[in-house]
Amino acid sequence: MTDTRIQSDPKPRGPFTTWLSMLWADKLAFFAALFLLVALLCAIFGPWLMGDLATKQNLRGRNAPPFDLARGWLMILGADALGRPLLPRIVVAAQNTLMVAGAAVLCSAVVGCGLGLIAGYSRKRAAQWIMRLGDVIMSFPSLLLAVIVLYMLEPSVANIVLVLAITRIPVYLRTTRAEVLEVRERMFVQAARVMGASDRRIIFRHILPVVLPTLLTIATLDFAFVMLAESSLSFLGIGIQPPEITWGLMVAQGREYLTTAWWLSFWPGLAIIGTTLSLNLLSNWMRIALDPAQRWRLEMRGRKND
Amino acid sequence: MTGFIGKRALASGISLIGLVILVFFLSRLTGDPTNLYLPLDASIEAREQFRQLHGFNDPLIVQFGRYVMDLAQGDFGESLQQARPAMEVVLQAFGWTLRLALITMTCVTVAAIVIGSLAAFKVGGIFDRIATFFSLVGASAPDFWLAIVAIVIFAVNLHWLPTSGTGTPWHWVLPVAVLFVRPFGLILQVVRGSMITTLSSAYVKTARAKGVRTRSIIFVHGLRNAMLPVITVIGDQAAAILNGAVVIETIFGFPGIGKLMIDSILLRDFSVVLASIMISAVAIFIMNLLIDIAYAMLDPRIRY
Repeated sequence: MTDTRIQSDPKPRGPFTTWLSMLWADKLAFFAALFLLVALLCAIFGPWLMGDLATKQNLRGRNAPPFDLARGWLMILGADALGRPLLPRIVVAAQNTLMVAGAAVLCSAVVGCGLGLIAGYSRKRAAQWIMRLGDVIMSFPSLLLAVIVLYMLEPSVANIVLVLAITRIPVYLRTTRAEVLEVRERMFVQAARVMGASDRRIIFRHILPVVLPTLLTIATLDFAFVMLAESSLSFLGIGIQPPEITWGLMVAQGREYLTTAWWLSFWPGLAIIGTTLSLNLLSNWMRIALDPAQRWRLEMRGRKND
Repeated sequence: MTGFIGKRALASGISLIGLVILVFFLSRLTGDPTNLYLPLDASIEAREQFRQLHGFNDPLIVQFGRYVMDLAQGDFGESLQQARPAMEVVLQAFGWTLRLALITMTCVTVAAIVIGSLAAFKVGGIFDRIATFFSLVGASAPDFWLAIVAIVIFAVNLHWLPTSGTGTPWHWVLPVAVLFVRPFGLILQVVRGSMITTLSSAYVKTARAKGVRTRSIIFVHGLRNAMLPVITVIGDQAAAILNGAVVIETIFGFPGIGKLMIDSILLRDFSVVLASIMISAVAIFIMNLLIDIAYAMLDPRIRY
């Protein structure tokens, strides 16, 4: 007799270990998550640890080339036009870069998702207005809006977040609405309604949990987009203003020294690519991991198919 | 079909009117152009005369009324900066951007479709992995950084290509190459995803079982049916370039509409700002219309 029993895991695993092993199953996503964790730690602790180092000028080390260990490991990536070491500057700039993008994504996701739930669930006049509003925002060249608003209102962090958040609302609005339109017709929602659940309960207990994974995936992808947009604005000189720094601004500042010191623009740009690439990879992984129909791909990986 | 186009035109027209009103008042709030166009030591009379000439003295609402009246007669105002009709300035810049967008998007579309289809044919193979990785990197790279790196390598160090202007075909290589990267990455991913779904469908399996050649399975059976989502993304990306590849045009000194927009906002050349918004809106409208027509041609089930 062959043993046909399914071999079960020796011990039940907690949700955290399960997620971690699913992450490990996709190596690229694992390293992406690791990179983002490092970037996040830089953003939180960087200014506190390296704030002084990043602003200390050293005129003898102006435009010092990278990979020169004679000046100490802080100078490993070289130094900028005022002799400030690039490595600590990139670490410190992580805070502004990630904070602006994070705040913008959070605002647009919350507002867009809220409006999308209303638009998808109510089907009244209000829904029509909300969708038209989304169309208007979509038809507006967003960079132009940003330029006009920032030129008019002084480019502060709050204004940049506001502009970026407004231009990204339609993405969440449309996705949420489309999902809600589909989910509200499903059996469990109908059942909840028949059992006399209030609208609020149906929306928050039955519809939102189904929509949330999709939104999370989109938000991850959008984080990368917003980061690139903020970098472009800073690059054009209407984003974050010196002495504050972001990666985009550092690239812009290095542009003047392009012919003599390429590293000034190169490293911060690499930090941007690393972060956006990681976000893209992680978003791909999330699309699979959060989809119950596809999750097996990650759970099976690495195990023999016998 | 005409009813559909009419409805779309109406909706776009209404949002364009809203847009023009919004930008008219917002841009006026950025300040008075007089100080920018007259020398610092210009007399008060000269300033007054300048304001009088361009009507900046009247209340905003009167200025707006005059603008609308002129618009109704086909007059888009005059460019302060170039002393030419605003529409002429905008159309000239738009021509450059249109050519840039056409060249770039043609290259992107061909490359992404061919490589994406081949990658989808053998999912998980070495070609697929390389293509996927590069498309992800491409989609993640900030264009201004790519532009700078490209300039350092090809213009500063190798002296192969010029960095700005539009004189010879060589001037177009860098802007097109840099603009190519991001849309290529994004479209390649969509082509691949869509092709994977299509290639696993029943009629492709039938074709394979009948012994149809691989090439015609990919490019005839697969591609045509996988194109719908791809066209949407192509449209979005083309619209993004038409809307002004502001950063790239600025870096490479390309006289397109993106650079014109940002320059005219900074120089408070209001008529040019408004005219370029209208031209972009019309371009986007036509673009979306073409995409919808392409939909209907590819999939006979779609009716408008």
